[in-house]
Amino acid sequence: MEPLADVAMLPGEERVIDKDIIYICPFNAAVKGKVFITNYRLYFKNTDSETPVTLDVPLGVISRIEKMGGASSRGENSYGLEITCKDMRNLRFALKQEGHSRRDIFEILFKYAFPLSHGMQLFAFLSQEKYEENGWNVYEAMEEYRRQGLPSSEWRVTFINKNYELCDTYPTILVVPYKATEEDLRRVATFRSRCRIPVLSWFHKENHAVIMRCSQPLVGMSGKRNKDDERYLDLIREANGTTKLTIYDARPNVNAVANKATGGGYEGDDAYQNAELVFLDIHNIHVMRESLKKLKDIVYPNVEESHWLSSLESTHWLEHIKLVLSGAIQVADKVSSGSSVVVHCSDGWDRTAQLTSLAMLMLDSFYRTLRGFQVLLEKEWISFGHKFASRIGHGDKNHADQDRSPIFLQFIDCVWQMTKQILLFSNVRVKTASLWSFVNSDTSLYINPFYTSESSRVLYPVASMRHLELWVTYYIRWNPRIQHQSPVEQRYKELLALRDQYLKKLEELQLSDSTHLTNSSTPNAATPNQHITHLQTPF
Amino acid sequence: MLSLGSGGAKSTKPSFVSYVTPEEIKAEKDPPKKEKHPDLLPGEVEFCSANPILKYSQDDLSQHGVFGTLFCTNFRVTFISDETPQEKTAKTFKNKLYGEKNDIPLMCVDHIYGVYDEKRKLITGGLVKNKYPSKMIIHCKDLRVFQFCLTFTKEEDAKKIFQGIAHHCLEEKSLKCVFAFSYMGTPSPGTDLSFCREMLRKQETIMFDSPEDWTQEMKRTKANCRLVIENKNFELSQRLPKYFVIPLAIGDLFSYQGKGLPIWCWSHYSGCALFKASFPPVTQEDGDFQKHLETMINAVAHNYLYSVKTEDLSESLPNIQDIQQSYNKFKQFFLIENSTDFWLSDVKWFSSLESSGWLDIIRQCLQKAVEVVECLEKDNTNVLITEEEGTDLCCVISSLAQIMLDPYYRTLMGFQSLVQKEWVAGCHAFLDRCNHLHQKDKECHSPVFLLFLECVWQLVQQHSPAFQFSETYLTVLSDSVHVPIFSTFLFNSAHHREGVMKAESPLAQSGPLSCPTVWDWSVQFDSKAQNFFYNPLYSEKVKHEKAVRKPHKPKHQRQLSLPSTAFKTPLKKGFFKDETDSLKKMLQVKRLSRWMGSPDSPAATTREFYESWQHRPVDYHGLLLPCLDGPAVRVWMQRYLRWIPEVYILGGGSVAMTTKLMELLSQVQDLKRVLEQRDTSQAAKIDHRPYIQHRLLSFGSSGRLSSSFPFAYTRNRSFKPIIPTGLMQRLMVTDSLASQEDEASSVASFV
Repeated sequence: MEPLADVAMLPGEERVIDKDIIYICPFNAAVKGKVFITNYRLYFKNTDSETPVTLDVPLGVISRIEKMGGASSRGENSYGLEITCKDMRNLRFALKQEGHSRRDIFEILFKYAFPLSHGMQLFAFLSQEKYEENGWNVYEAMEEYRRQGLPSSEWRVTFINKNYELCDTYPTILVVPYKATEEDLRRVATFRSRCRIPVLSWFHKENHAVIMRCSQPLVGMSGKRNKDDERYLDLIREANGTTKLTIYDARPNVNAVANKATGGGYEGDDAYQNAELVFLDIHNIHVMRESLKKLKDIVYPNVEESHWLSSLESTHWLEHIKLVLSGAIQVADKVSSGSSVVVHCSDGWDRTAQLTSLAMLMLDSFYRTLRGFQVLLEKEWISFGHKFASRIGHGDKNHADQDRSPIFLQFIDCVWQMTKQILLFSNVRVKTASLWSFVNSDTSLYINPFYTSESSRVLYPVASMRHLELWVTYYIRWNPRIQHQSPVEQRYKELLALRDQYLKKLEELQLSDSTHLTNSSTPNAATPNQHITHLQTPF
Repeated sequence: MLSLGSGGAKSTKPSFVSYVTPEEIKAEKDPPKKEKHPDLLPGEVEFCSANPILKYSQDDLSQHGVFGTLFCTNFRVTFISDETPQEKTAKTFKNKLYGEKNDIPLMCVDHIYGVYDEKRKLITGGLVKNKYPSKMIIHCKDLRVFQFCLTFTKEEDAKKIFQGIAHHCLEEKSLKCVFAFSYMGTPSPGTDLSFCREMLRKQETIMFDSPEDWTQEMKRTKANCRLVIENKNFELSQRLPKYFVIPLAIGDLFSYQGKGLPIWCWSHYSGCALFKASFPPVTQEDGDFQKHLETMINAVAHNYLYSVKTEDLSESLPNIQDIQQSYNKFKQFFLIENSTDFWLSDVKWFSSLESSGWLDIIRQCLQKAVEVVECLEKDNTNVLITEEEGTDLCCVISSLAQIMLDPYYRTLMGFQSLVQKEWVAGCHAFLDRCNHLHQKDKECHSPVFLLFLECVWQLVQQHSPAFQFSETYLTVLSDSVHVPIFSTFLFNSAHHREGVMKAESPLAQSGPLSCPTVWDWSVQFDSKAQNFFYNPLYSEKVKHEKAVRKPHKPKHQRQLSLPSTAFKTPLKKGFFKDETDSLKKMLQVKRLSRWMGSPDSPAATTREFYESWQHRPVDYHGLLLPCLDGPAVRVWMQRYLRWIPEVYILGGGSVAMTTKLMELLSQVQDLKRVLEQRDTSQAAKIDHRPYIQHRLLSFGSSGRLSSSFPFAYTRNRSFKPIIPTGLMQRLMVTDSLASQEDEASSVASFV
């Protein structure tokens, strides 16, 4: 038997090692089988029974590999490997205890799962896959700004960052107040953490209010002020005649104060008199990481039974979601009521990205289409420097890295909560990495049949725990007891198909009528259509 | 000829959003121009009224409200605004008996609170005499909350209306005072003929009040049991139905007043059946009675292959007081008086729900029903469920098991027939359990029927396409329990009903008492509104199978072929008569609840049963099992959250989806009809499925529905989002992580 016969290997994928192994499935008993490791995946297939048990795990989701038990460990299946994954599961394999049977597989797995720690390349750079469409072209900054109605008399496009000289974590094309000169921008950059100056994210076509994003001001312990920064924020306010510019600081107040100790801080009242500052109380990446860890504890491998609700509450995961959503609602509400806003956190690439992109989803129906959503992610997350590599820890062995945090997952969860509440959304199913090439080659899988394009209005979710629920099909998806398909979507698709079928039939009948009338003398005219009357319908 | 989709351009689209701006409180209020009176129902009498009364608007916590007159009649408390009613919005879903905004049927009042000098006190008999409160808060059994300010009206009037309402809503009263006995409604007005009613007449709810109904049901399920007609005049027992069915093997009917008699519920296609019985606790000394019960169990075993499992529900499930207590705690979380309360309680939402234990009771009932189903479906054993009265949890569990096993009970008519069979004819003590008469004896109150509806809702939620009726239907049914018109929920037993009805009829001048059953939905809703009772997701059985349709042949795709217990296999008919002793031993071993101690707990075995069922392809017309994992058992959002404006999602919620589905479904049905009309050969078999004719507005233009639709939609006034308040005190992350820097490296980079 060709071991990987039932898997289509990717172009560029190469086999590395095979091994007899026991997979200790948390939902059933231990399963005997064979494991195959390539430079892309870990694949397991059972050999002990008719009913197939398979695992197909891309090495990229592996967070940690540990040895379990020793050569002298007692008990069945006590010697082997334990693999911690980033997708809410752990995999345990047992091997024969004699002859250091796990040494080679451990070393190989360790090397290929964490290529960057071993001076190797990520599979993405080795892949030979060709797509019809180049996903990197999905987002074209100029095109997107033009769609929003920019540049305008108040807003201009600047190329000051074309060689990443102003800010190395910003895109090359930026939109800034028309009245701000390049020199102004450079001076403002000195007062903003990592030079991430306030730039335009979204422009409201009707009331001309804007969403600006940036990092925290470098106020520090001494409470420094910067005239250029103050004037720059006032230019933003003036652009559409907003009486008071609202600055949303995503952090809890105390954290913003604490940041002064390290040179950061927030916009003080006296310095920014035409602005009001609102803290949104969203916690930092470390809190989110620990929260998700707690969540995993209660859902994997077994779902906490007796005290499910209080356990869920104690993870705080949904409370964090609530805070992020409620922050985004406030941003969106402010903008749609005609006031411009500035959003920042500390560096402006985690919480800020969550807030601006969620607010934009609420405000702009374009982003609720499949392509629009891709543009949104490319723009607010990728081009504005969300640190995907370190937040996810691609190919890195350091599983305890403090920079890892499920910020993007949390954002996707927020989007899921929105789709759950408001159906008029193009469906978004989660994928981790230019992915867009892959997605766009078969869009039907990702389209929500309920989406209606006419819903070109602001859509607000309700950020109450009453409505928030755990995204079971993501967080508990490995549990075989969880239902996966939604009967509603299924039924809707069925009905759509049925409607089309009926319409077609009717057209045919009408056609046959007319032919029948005109050619009533020809006996063979009506025949072909009369065979399709025995349709099965669920009514 | 073809009218598609949006209902054709001709039909005028009603607007669902009305903007009735609440009037601000003014210190001086103009005197009312003319007196207004409520439109009384036939037989309704006005008791007292007061004006001006300020009714607080529920949608915001600011001191906004509307002035008007408050009335108390023998049917309801009702409020009529002084403002001239704005142009009436065409409301699709409207109860003909009472309005959701201003009417409270007396029976629907749960608690009344009075606010005295800023302090809120629960009103009981004692407080009423002394003085009247400045503000009266009414909590309803359907979870609405009303607040009336009494300070603007004359002291005398205020006192009168307050005392009147308190008296009629809280004081113990006799059954004859219930509005049903004054109500002179004409049943089913002839003007309301439509597709829907036509269908209702064709396919009636089976009432199980005649021998024929039972015989028919036995025939349908191929039961081999005995119909008992000896209780026709309740000579056997007043606690038993007029007619019922028992195992063939029972000879002596008349001992112990029918105590311990196994009442047949349903037969599985294999031949085994489900029975329920009232088993009072047996003392050690009472050997004879003990023996009687053994005989009864044996009789059940005789029904099929000499197998029986017995389950004492009072041992393994919470008792009715536990249920009552838990629900009392649970409902508090939904009786929200203002926005501040709402957001404060949002913080500990999940743990609050858990602390009430209500969801857990639901889970336990479903779990127990699955155990019963497993015995019938997998082991093919007879099951006898028992409790002291045999008419509370027995009804819950037997009805649930039947819904899981028999697709007929998942149709609307089937479900209503099931409620008739197990609950109404089955002598559930509705009057006592619902406390319609405000008896002081708290022992016997318990929302057992609501608990059953809750369990059914969980099934509907998880397996929507298997049910012909909708969530809205269940919600309306749960509301109807507290509408004092229907004979369905007014009595404690068949004997009680008959006694009262007989005694009452001579009093009514115009023939027999006109007291409709709840199933005559036209009393409450017109046919358009009744369309909301049908689930657009329901996947009806494909018609062409008609010829071979034998519902209870082993046709279930999900029927399990797991190894059955060793118990039934070696036995042959006629073999065990000599072996009664050893059989008895076995019977006792087989009692379900005794298994609790064994290593394989029922939870673990039913889990296995569930998983093997889940691995088979879905058959919505076969066996249906609920998932009972933590996240799967949920709050019945529509029932509990529909009156709380803070949770309204504008243009969202499940209603958005359902509406789209209904629209599409009606298009498809239109098309189908057109096609059928053309196809003369098929004209004979016209589909009588209720035609979902109304076209709800799409979300495109004038109005957007909120998630609480079809309830409470007139309350939406704002397109502004709801922004949670009190966020600061919410999340107390005590972790040291919270204060940590985002980037460990950034400490160094800023000097």
